[in-house]
Amino acid sequence: MAGRTYAYYPGCALHGTAREYDVSARLVCQTLNVKLQEIKDWSCCGASSAASLSPLLGIALPAHNLKLAAAMELPITTPCAMCSYRLKTAAHELKDEATARQVSEVLGSAVGPEVTVEPLLQVLSEDLSFPIRKPLTGLKVACYYGCLLVRPKSVLQFDDEENPQTMDRLITALGAEAIDWGLKTECCGAGLPLARPDLVHRLAYRIISLAQRLGADCIATACPMCQSNLDIHQKEIEAEHGEKLGLPIFYFTQLLGLALGFTPRELYLHKHLTNPLPLLRAKGLG
Amino acid sequence: MALDYQPKIVGFLCNWCSYAGADMAGTSRLTYPPNIRIIRVPCSGRVDATLVTKCFQQGADAVLVAGCHPGECHYSEGNYHARRRFTVLRELLSFLGIEKDRLRLEWVSAAEGKKFSQLVSEFSAEIAHLGPRKDNGKAAGGSL
Amino acid sequence: MARIGVFVCHCGSNIAGTVNIAQVMAAAQTMPLVTFVADNKYSCSEIGQTAIREAILKQKLERVVIAACSPQMHEATFRKTVAQAGLNPYLLEIANIREHCSWVHSNDKAAATKKAIELVKMAVAKVARHEALFTKEIGLTKKALVIGGGISGIQAALDMANAGYPVILVEREPTIGGRMAQLDKTFPTLDCSSCILTPKMVEVAQHPNITLLTYAEVKSVRGFVGNFEVEILQRARKVDASKCTSCGICWQKCPEKIPAEFNLGLGPRAAIYTPFPQAVPNIPSIDLAHCRYIKYQEFVARGEEGKKPPQCRICERLCPPQAIDWEQSDQVLVEKVGAIVVATGYQTFDHTRYGEFGAGRYPDVITGIQLERLLSASGPTEGEVVRPSDGTHPKTVVFVSCVGSRDERMGRAYCSNVCCMYMAKQAILLKEHDPEVQSYIFYIDIRAGGKGYEEFIRRAQEEARAIYLRGRISHIYQDGKKLIVRGEDSLLGRPVEIAADLVVLATGIEPSAGAKELAQSLNISYDAHGFMVEAHPKLRPVESRTEGIFLAGTAIAPNDIPGCVAQGSAAAVKALAVLSRPSLVSDPMVAIVDPLRCTGCFACQRACAFNAIDSQVTRDGKTIAVVNESLCKGCGLCVSACRGVAMNLKGFSQQQLLAEVNALWR
Repeated sequence: MAGRTYAYYPGCALHGTAREYDVSARLVCQTLNVKLQEIKDWSCCGASSAASLSPLLGIALPAHNLKLAAAMELPITTPCAMCSYRLKTAAHELKDEATARQVSEVLGSAVGPEVTVEPLLQVLSEDLSFPIRKPLTGLKVACYYGCLLVRPKSVLQFDDEENPQTMDRLITALGAEAIDWGLKTECCGAGLPLARPDLVHRLAYRIISLAQRLGADCIATACPMCQSNLDIHQKEIEAEHGEKLGLPIFYFTQLLGLALGFTPRELYLHKHLTNPLPLLRAKGLG
Repeated sequence: MALDYQPKIVGFLCNWCSYAGADMAGTSRLTYPPNIRIIRVPCSGRVDATLVTKCFQQGADAVLVAGCHPGECHYSEGNYHARRRFTVLRELLSFLGIEKDRLRLEWVSAAEGKKFSQLVSEFSAEIAHLGPRKDNGKAAGGSL
Repeated sequence: MARIGVFVCHCGSNIAGTVNIAQVMAAAQTMPLVTFVADNKYSCSEIGQTAIREAILKQKLERVVIAACSPQMHEATFRKTVAQAGLNPYLLEIANIREHCSWVHSNDKAAATKKAIELVKMAVAKVARHEALFTKEIGLTKKALVIGGGISGIQAALDMANAGYPVILVEREPTIGGRMAQLDKTFPTLDCSSCILTPKMVEVAQHPNITLLTYAEVKSVRGFVGNFEVEILQRARKVDASKCTSCGICWQKCPEKIPAEFNLGLGPRAAIYTPFPQAVPNIPSIDLAHCRYIKYQEFVARGEEGKKPPQCRICERLCPPQAIDWEQSDQVLVEKVGAIVVATGYQTFDHTRYGEFGAGRYPDVITGIQLERLLSASGPTEGEVVRPSDGTHPKTVVFVSCVGSRDERMGRAYCSNVCCMYMAKQAILLKEHDPEVQSYIFYIDIRAGGKGYEEFIRRAQEEARAIYLRGRISHIYQDGKKLIVRGEDSLLGRPVEIAADLVVLATGIEPSAGAKELAQSLNISYDAHGFMVEAHPKLRPVESRTEGIFLAGTAIAPNDIPGCVAQGSAAAVKALAVLSRPSLVSDPMVAIVDPLRCTGCFACQRACAFNAIDSQVTRDGKTIAVVNESLCKGCGLCVSACRGVAMNLKGFSQQQLLAEVNALWR
């Protein structure tokens, strides 16, 4: 991990709504001597939309980015779970010759050689001996992986589908306590906030309230969709259930950043809608 | 190659698994091309070079040897002997000017009637695709 | 030269519907050495067999070809037929024109007829080279071995012993009883399992014809039907059975406590223990892996520095008859038996492979057999059903069926046969224990095909008010004290969510650990899952394909208690049919050495897996191979290994097989 260089694929969300994920990822990588070279001229990975309209497009878009990384002769890393899912799926599908031929036609030139894709969570958990300046002692964290980071296992080859541990180990290494809970890879409904807000509220409530009942102070995520979905609906859900939630939703890179000594402002924690600062102050971390 | 070309295939089937597997294909009424002639042997390991080359000398287009799956031989390891001999026999065939692929070794259990019928159909189609023997059916080596 | 008769069977329309019998007969007339051709509507019928016998006598036939069904079907029948007409039974050859011809080429009658003619031609060519073969009488040991002391093995052993034959019953665990001993009640009668099992266990122990070896394993089996030689490893109990009075002071006072296997970890046992109170024999065993004194001895033997562990030896000091024997060691016993019944039973599927059910993380997600132990009055809670996590009484219980059954993802396509019924039974028993319990049973299909079984399911639904939901469970997770069970009601097409106090996984049946290895040493076949394969799934369901070795119970496939008992008895009868014969007849189709051609290279000996090749010195001082006919199994590996064409196999000789090849396409 340390000293290695990666082709960095931030993805659209990290240049938009999830700036804080991008910023915190770059800060911790710099500190941990993980060199990120942003892929020049990267394009959208297609996310869930492209593949649902055209399976070929769903592969061709990430294939374009894989090709750019291949030209850099570097493995790709991306903080975004959706992007890593699409990139890994494309890399997997391109092993099929017929698919590779079709995609080459779309791209107008041959697909590049095989590139490894590692989500940033995987890269940063290879070596857990972090230079910690402010241990997160006393903080109870529910690690939430979401749908896309580990499923389907046959393609992503990352962690257990039902009870993944990578983020839990990382969070524990920061001095915090990772609670054991059963909704780590539950769907939060991030794909449906406009079409079915009722459903999204139900799914998000299930996740947030269970984490809270089991004693978690906050949730850690590795996905911009999960983070925003769990973060921004809390007020509405509170109104629907007549129940106080207010559970801060962090990116794991932000918690890592805090432990490495960065300030909440440096980590863009003020960007979250569910204000995490009271919690951090209460735990002596603010 | 004539369209009605029907390859001639000899099948040596072990009594315990593959012969019973071929019986199972019959009991299940699973059809396959009528161009295979089955010879019952106690064990796939019983099939030796003389029997195989004799088939080719007789004008066979292909020979199938089938036995129990590895680990399931009725005689505990006869099929392993068959497997070892098979690799040598394929070399011998190419020495005789016969394509290696005309000799095939397969594992068919007593329950695999479907596998047997598919196997014969596929093998027959493959050999038909390969066409008649390039050596005009006369394997080198004279009398055996 | 030989006079050959050819009999072509119609098999009703099975053959005649596809193969033109008249053409086959006409072609047979022209084949070399054939002097007589006839057809038969059904050759295997009494009329058909009589016709064959009469033709042999009248036509002075010396060899016979019967073109009919597979030799696997009726070769033995027809050998008897020709023998009754005075012919040597091995001067017969079957041409398989049914399974290998009419049934598989029904779409092309001309080609099928042509093939049938060629198959007859091959058989005629082969039979011309047949030799008369003669069987030999061999002695046998009139004693049986039963491997496995569960209900199937117990039944087989008792039936054979009651018929007057000595039986050795070998059980790996310290007690017999098997899985049935762990059950509380049995479906569909709700008989108490131990009440009906214990008397049988005691009968085994007291039977004068049964030698019971528990805590013992079969290590190797050699020989053949009537004359097996078995090596049995008797593990040391470290307790002298002749002194022990089963008073129980040792296990009550032993300070070392570990989770009891018999109770599936739901309660403790001591390092010296009997698995359960009614164990047979009721002699404790010392678990070497956990005994403190043994650990002390090992520590001393390693010569390590540091603080010595305690010597303990409490059991030894407190045992009134001084039955503890530290010197006792494992022993290998060698026994000769004539027949073997394999009843190695089952174990349950490892549910921790299911991540969505918590992979074993949640203490209140238990297995069906764990619930049996909770329900049982002799179980760890003395019959009180409580949650393992906090000891409270569960009110909402969810059953999940097909855990490790009917699930291709887990490599288990098969149905475990008993789970539907035991879930219904447990729902009824839970209601009896506590009327406030509400059971939910998630199922794929309800399999209740047995006597009184369907009625029993209705009883669970109507009396015990169990709610049956058709669908699978997608996820179980803990929410405080509750387990949230999420699944689908596929009849309503809706997701369901139940907050349960206890979840019971109906884990499927798989063969016992080590069953495959045992099958290999017995030289019997097993399927992809490790279940033993029957000689014929319908007509020979308790025989293995190796003569003299019989099968019973869940070693073959998942089965319930009545099925296992029936198979135990059936296997016993089959074994008795061997043991009760005055002598056995050897198979004459064995290898033979031509002493003039043998160069003494012994390639045959290296190829033989049965040690059937001996050496002998001829009168002119040459060392050559010789076949031990009682050990030879007739595989013919030695024939193909022989470089000097000295070895041959009777019945499948090189000349016979070459004759078949030579007859092709002529």
